[in-house]
Amino acid sequence: MFRIERVEALSSNIYLMDVYAPRIAKNALPGQFLIVRVDEDGERVPLTICDYDAEAGTVQIVFQTVGAESYRMAQLKVGDSFADFVGPLGRPSDLCEMPLEELKKMKLCFIAGGVGTAPVYAQLKWLKNQGVTADCIQGARSKDILIMEDEMAAVSNLYICTDDGSYGINGNVCVALQKLYDEGKRYDRVIAIGPMIMMKFVCQLTKELEIPTIVSMNPIMVDGTGMCGACRLMVGGEVKFACVDGPEFDGHKVDFPQAMQRMALYKTEEGRLYLEAKEGASHHGGCGSCN
Amino acid sequence: MAMDMMKKVPVREQDPQVRAHNFEEVCLGYNKEEAEAEALRCLSCKNPRCVEGCPVSINIPGFINKVKEGDVAGAYAVISESSALPAICGRVCPQESQCEGKCVRGIKGESVSIGKLERYVADTAREMGIKPQGASEKKGKKVAVIGSGPSGLTCAGDLAKMGYDVKIFEALHKAGGVLVYGIPEFRLPKKAVVQKEIENVQALGVEIETDCVIGKSTTIDALMEEEGYDAVFVGSGAGLPKFMNIPGEQALGVFSANEYLTRSNLMGAFSEKSRTPIMRAKKAVIVGGGNVAMDAARTALRLGAEVHVVYRRSEAELPARAEEVHHAKEEGIIFDLLTNPVEIHADEKGWVKGITCIRMELGEPDASGRRRPVEVPGSEFDIECDCVIMSLGTSPNPLISSTTKGLETNRRRCIVADEGTGQTSKKGVFAGGDAVTGAATVILAMGAGKAAAKGIDEYLSSGN
Repeated sequence: MFRIERVEALSSNIYLMDVYAPRIAKNALPGQFLIVRVDEDGERVPLTICDYDAEAGTVQIVFQTVGAESYRMAQLKVGDSFADFVGPLGRPSDLCEMPLEELKKMKLCFIAGGVGTAPVYAQLKWLKNQGVTADCIQGARSKDILIMEDEMAAVSNLYICTDDGSYGINGNVCVALQKLYDEGKRYDRVIAIGPMIMMKFVCQLTKELEIPTIVSMNPIMVDGTGMCGACRLMVGGEVKFACVDGPEFDGHKVDFPQAMQRMALYKTEEGRLYLEAKEGASHHGGCGSCN
Repeated sequence: MAMDMMKKVPVREQDPQVRAHNFEEVCLGYNKEEAEAEALRCLSCKNPRCVEGCPVSINIPGFINKVKEGDVAGAYAVISESSALPAICGRVCPQESQCEGKCVRGIKGESVSIGKLERYVADTAREMGIKPQGASEKKGKKVAVIGSGPSGLTCAGDLAKMGYDVKIFEALHKAGGVLVYGIPEFRLPKKAVVQKEIENVQALGVEIETDCVIGKSTTIDALMEEEGYDAVFVGSGAGLPKFMNIPGEQALGVFSANEYLTRSNLMGAFSEKSRTPIMRAKKAVIVGGGNVAMDAARTALRLGAEVHVVYRRSEAELPARAEEVHHAKEEGIIFDLLTNPVEIHADEKGWVKGITCIRMELGEPDASGRRRPVEVPGSEFDIECDCVIMSLGTSPNPLISSTTKGLETNRRRCIVADEGTGQTSKKGVFAGGDAVTGAATVILAMGAGKAAAKGIDEYLSSGN
């Protein structure tokens, strides 16, 4: 069993947890993910890794309650355990394999959206430990749902933007990137992690600006080890499995419309289970559509 | 009971009309009277050819004689000398091409129903609470077994019986490998059969660590250098699904058989209790003709679909066991033979709405010795459907070979290992099962696990 050692609510629906999982803590690298299962009847849920401490044997995850499983996860307290917690899965970021000298010369800009902030933090922290401080644009819809601001500022040159202009740059991450570009910032690479729609628009912009861009894909998965092919997506006209070939890909080659369409596969079913987890029933009869 | 000695005692099965709507086991097995009557048909040959046909060389006449005497415990002891998983093998082995295929009874009449007898012995022994015997003396050496499928469980069980400290590392959250994620409940009950046989292996002293992906959570090199394992057996299976690379394969409603079966079997999605979703199709097309295709077809049927199996060769070439094809037909699955998919069509929201296929005819024999299917020009036609399940076989996962120094693989990405001992190109590392052969059967994997256990024992006894 994988014991939960710390729980913190970062916003009304985003949670941070430290979980005891020594094998993952020892072997994880930035860019990788893990899979959790809340209990014996639970689904296997892929999550990005935010941080890891090999000495303490703990792994930090950050998740948002978007469906039945994450809602159940949010109910867990310190001392509870996950039934399963397996990883690290997927390939580490390319940056980890680059010679340090080369890495130090690169001008990097990370773009973090929503809970995508967590895996970006893992990369920024790793880079900082190598002596590299990258730029980072962190976007949120509004100031009150912005997470991990202090932590992010400690490991990067942080630019915050909010869609509603309540804090930092007024506008979304694309507006912020364009602004930095207009101010004369030039980057060798952009690494964007967040909702698919955000990554799609970032890629459209960076294509125009001719900045190579890496994205981290989070499609539907089951086993996470290459066995089922549920996470397949088209990259540069080829079928790739996000779990073993990714999750990071060349963003300019990813077929985003198709990847986003595939996310709809179990939408109705998921919604039903979410209502069941939250309200104990999925059918309220209020809308009148069932007559 | 008057009986025809030329014919098998028939085995009771769930009615096809009923079982098409449930996930309970199709075959109900023999009771005591039926088993003893069937056992009497065994001629106890001096040179039992059935044993030659068994990849793990079970003393078949030996255990059948015990059944004749009504001594189930004795029969179980005889089987246990050679096999750790008899309740599983009695259900899923292709007996018709192995032991039963060689049975002398089969020359004039029907062969002895060896598989059903093995199952009877294993099931009855389980009900009686009989456990296999562990080692009395420990060797003080540690062996890591990677993968808890048929080859890993067999290898681990044999090594534990010899006195080694064995730990199995399993990537998924449940032990059993293909027995758990691949083969459906209605052919191989998970709780009642698979779980119990795994518990028997654990009763021999074998430890199992689930949620540990070798190559990711740790590596073979780390197991040997840091965790003190003296030898390693790799039985990681052939897990990567193949697709056809035809247009439309990314549409919603197209699955690999691996995904569809994993959702239903491992995650239990067929049951209301599980929170893992699975598509309950109206009309499903299964592409392929192997045992996995039959499993996917019969699962989709039970989840409410009209099911078509599309296969490019003819019935005679279907790679699935005859019994599986027979069961599938009885349940109402439609076989569209000499047919091959060309393109999958999706509606404006991306969901599958149909599949274009082309008729095939058999030409000259190909490298496999089977007549090569060739397209009949202009014979394309459409099948309306909302789900397509690709069951075209699997290839080994490179997770282990790519993260282990000095482990040689061939061009099909299979690990290269000696057939007799399982020895790989890396000292102290042995391999067997689908990871070496590519997708094959449960019993062949068990045979390889058995051979490797012997190979590992020789290596650890001699130090080379």
